[in-house]
Amino acid sequence: MEITIRVNGEQVVRDVEPRLLLTHFLRDELRLTGTHWGCDTTNCGACVVRLDGVPVKSCTVLAVMADGAAVDTVEGLAHGAELDPLQEGFVTCHGLQCGFCTPGMLMTGRALLDRDPDPSPQTIREAISGQVCRCTGYENIVRSVRWAAEKEASKEEVTP
Amino acid sequence: MTSIDDSRIAGVQDPSAQIHAAPETPRGYGSMKRKEDARFVRGRGQYVDDVVLPGMLHGAVLRSPLAHARIVSIDTSAAEAHPKVHAVITGETLAGLGLAWMPTLSYDTQAVLATDKVRFQGQEVAFVVADDKYSARDALALIDVEYEPLAPVIDAKTALDAGAPVVRDDKEGKADNHIFDWESGDSAATDKVFAEAEAADDQVVVTADVLYPRVHPAPLETCGALADMDPVTGKLTLWTTTQAPHAHRTLYAMVAGLPEHKIRVVSPDIGGGFGNKVGIYPGYVCAIVASIVTGKPIKWMEDRSENLMSTSFARDYHMRGEVAVTKDGRIRAVRVDVLADHGAFNATAQPTKFPAGFFGVFTGSYDLEAAHCAVTGVYTNKASGGVAYACSFRITEAVYLVERMVDIVAHDLEMDPAELRMKNLLHADQFPYQSATGWVYDSGDYPRTLQVALDKAGYRELRAEQAERRRRHEAGERVDLLGIGLSFFTEAVGAGPRREMDILGLGMADGADLRVHPTGKAVLGISVQTQGQGHETTFAQIVAAELGMSPDDIEVVHGDTDLTPFGLGTYGSRSTPVSGAATAIVARKVRERARIVAAAMLEVSPDDLEWNDGSWQVAGDPEASKTIAEIALAAHSSLELPEGVEGHLDASCVYNPPNLTYPCGAYVAVVDVDPRTGTVNVRRFIAVDDCGVRINPMIVEGQVHGGLADGVGMALMQGIAFDLDGNCLGGSMMDYLLPTSLECPSWELGETVTPSPHHPIGAKGVGESATVGSPPAIVNAVVDALAPYGVRHADMPLTPAAVWSAAQGRPLRTDLAIT
Repeated sequence: MEITIRVNGEQVVRDVEPRLLLTHFLRDELRLTGTHWGCDTTNCGACVVRLDGVPVKSCTVLAVMADGAAVDTVEGLAHGAELDPLQEGFVTCHGLQCGFCTPGMLMTGRALLDRDPDPSPQTIREAISGQVCRCTGYENIVRSVRWAAEKEASKEEVTP
Repeated sequence: MTSIDDSRIAGVQDPSAQIHAAPETPRGYGSMKRKEDARFVRGRGQYVDDVVLPGMLHGAVLRSPLAHARIVSIDTSAAEAHPKVHAVITGETLAGLGLAWMPTLSYDTQAVLATDKVRFQGQEVAFVVADDKYSARDALALIDVEYEPLAPVIDAKTALDAGAPVVRDDKEGKADNHIFDWESGDSAATDKVFAEAEAADDQVVVTADVLYPRVHPAPLETCGALADMDPVTGKLTLWTTTQAPHAHRTLYAMVAGLPEHKIRVVSPDIGGGFGNKVGIYPGYVCAIVASIVTGKPIKWMEDRSENLMSTSFARDYHMRGEVAVTKDGRIRAVRVDVLADHGAFNATAQPTKFPAGFFGVFTGSYDLEAAHCAVTGVYTNKASGGVAYACSFRITEAVYLVERMVDIVAHDLEMDPAELRMKNLLHADQFPYQSATGWVYDSGDYPRTLQVALDKAGYRELRAEQAERRRRHEAGERVDLLGIGLSFFTEAVGAGPRREMDILGLGMADGADLRVHPTGKAVLGISVQTQGQGHETTFAQIVAAELGMSPDDIEVVHGDTDLTPFGLGTYGSRSTPVSGAATAIVARKVRERARIVAAAMLEVSPDDLEWNDGSWQVAGDPEASKTIAEIALAAHSSLELPEGVEGHLDASCVYNPPNLTYPCGAYVAVVDVDPRTGTVNVRRFIAVDDCGVRINPMIVEGQVHGGLADGVGMALMQGIAFDLDGNCLGGSMMDYLLPTSLECPSWELGETVTPSPHHPIGAKGVGESATVGSPPAIVNAVVDALAPYGVRHADMPLTPAAVWSAAQGRPLRTDLAIT
């Protein structure tokens, strides 16, 4: 089947098998390997990308279901050389160790901040509760998202 | 050393109060941002599955649906006829190459692909190679295997019964499921103390049966490999998920007969290891064989169920603990009997002389008169067990047992568990301390560490709140019960002295190479390998501190056997104790070499120089000084070099540790338990760790955080049970529950620092401390909460069902599903 998807702002057209998972489409067809695969059962969240802005687990979305949609992956998060404040937050607050869950956490975190710029620690915990991190014990991920929220708030104060 | 910033601890209830500025890059030790993070946050890490080679094909493994069955026949013809299939490999194919079986890390053998029988559910039976991974999976369904089912051995407690089915009838003359008997300590002296305690009016013997259930490390990245055998050069390059690339290279050379210089093992970015990636799995061997057979690169990545069902498990220790103790709480002796379920193949990852790992430290942090343990290993029809799941070679089991037993003693004697521990802990002036089982603890100040934790927790206030809750509960009010659980652990990490410790004959030393380029920038090659521990940063900091450089000017290379020195790899919290020591020493070698060159530059004797503030200075003349960068350039210049110095500063080192390092810690778990539903909420967790000198405190804290989450998981959720047919009941993340952000509290950390006296920079390992120390604290807390119900012990995982059943006086057996 031919599908057209806007991936990180760029339109791509591909002919794919109907059973191809979105995560494999991104990783194998487009070589966007920042999106990971970890469980197959929608439990771990290593594969989270944004589908029309909504964080989804791309291991349980068929590529053909994304036809006509916009998909955003971790590769599109930075603005050129400038990191997204959330990426900066993860580096600053040691929000990652092995890095495998990180892209999914970043995509969920970004979606959270886009709809709630000042989330409480508990709100952050709820937002990432469908994703597993085996390294950090989550505390520093919560701090990282808070760091980004504060940074973005302070930027908005100086920009009228 | 940098101490923990108290404001960060005080602010844990409100992380917004903890937002801290980005740490500055220090010249040596101290928190700094990790060098590796730049690629990870951009999605630019390179894990095994991200590596793609031209012409690459994909492998998939057919697995047994049965736990124990004879293979009658395997028909691969339909799979071979699939248009996208290139090869189907069976045990018979491998037998023709002498590769149907491979050695394990414990001098046993393991089937690569089954030939005679399948011995656990999920065992590897055939390997298909196809154009893409979907087609490879399609072809698995086309393979027809006829099995003759056999009665399985599932309950370890029946494995040695007369007439039990024999799992390993492949071993000549094997007529039972016994693997080994191992003991440690002085049996006669221990029995004598127990006999006295039984006879004396003022002493008691406390006994309990304690299970550490089977768990799986479940790193987020599963295991896999990409094998590329170049048919022209005969060189095999293997990208693979390994925590020990050098050891794997040597083992492939030994097993497959490939010349070792023609094997390059690359362990790129690894998505967590936790011990899961120490061993060699059949899929890796199949990928190599398939690459040789097809002449193409072969990628094999297991899926999550394959990972959870077939790669090595951990724990599975059925323990009986006995404590001889005076009625006023002085612990005299500990006696332990263990039944160890090793699954179908003894693939336990332990040093050769330690079939039960370092379980011998079960005497814990206490000053005992005598101790003895006996461990019996058995085969069952389960995947192989005994891998180190962040357990420091079975210290997890040892610490869990002794800390559970101490709480049970406190329960039976009606003593406060904190008071009982204080009464028995080793004191600072007893170090170095030789334990009753012969381990020489290097340093510690246990009472102080425990006191810091109790103070931080507000122990007395918590006990007061607990009493109030119990009063309300007894008055019939619907209220959660409060539980307070302590644990005090001593770990023995950094294996190890090569005379005592080897894996398959390879001494457990580690290397470091340091090259200083002419402009003064350096490349450090290390034999250990990061799976998230931050070696690229921490090890650069060690060199920076020794040579007066910025860590930014030091590139750390690891995980590629063609580029790094030999060593046994990263597991058992050994990177900093062993390779970290090698790194400090190699930097000191460079510094000494630089001294000779600096003397020539300054036209003085090397003896006239002193190392000061990152440069060699003429004593009494600080103006006359040379930095490492200046000296490196001179070493490569036309300067006439003194005798004995070649035109560089480079050096290498292999470090053979004189002893293990012994980190310790005091943990306090605070839980709310609803006895009506069995639900447990971890309200607070206070962890005070002493891992000696901290190189990068931010990274150390991160290591502790992760281990604490592991403890929540193992104590409350994780646990893989089997039904009596041998079906694995934890084969996906829907069944095997890992802790999420909602089960984990906001961790409260503290520290004490007693440097290791024998480590070059006073550091101790820390990677597994929290995984070792936290499960007993949580279980102790839950059991403490259930005191009004008369609960004395309940086995992990303390799921709502297990907690509720314990409160009803009917504790569950958590390793088996018996219906």
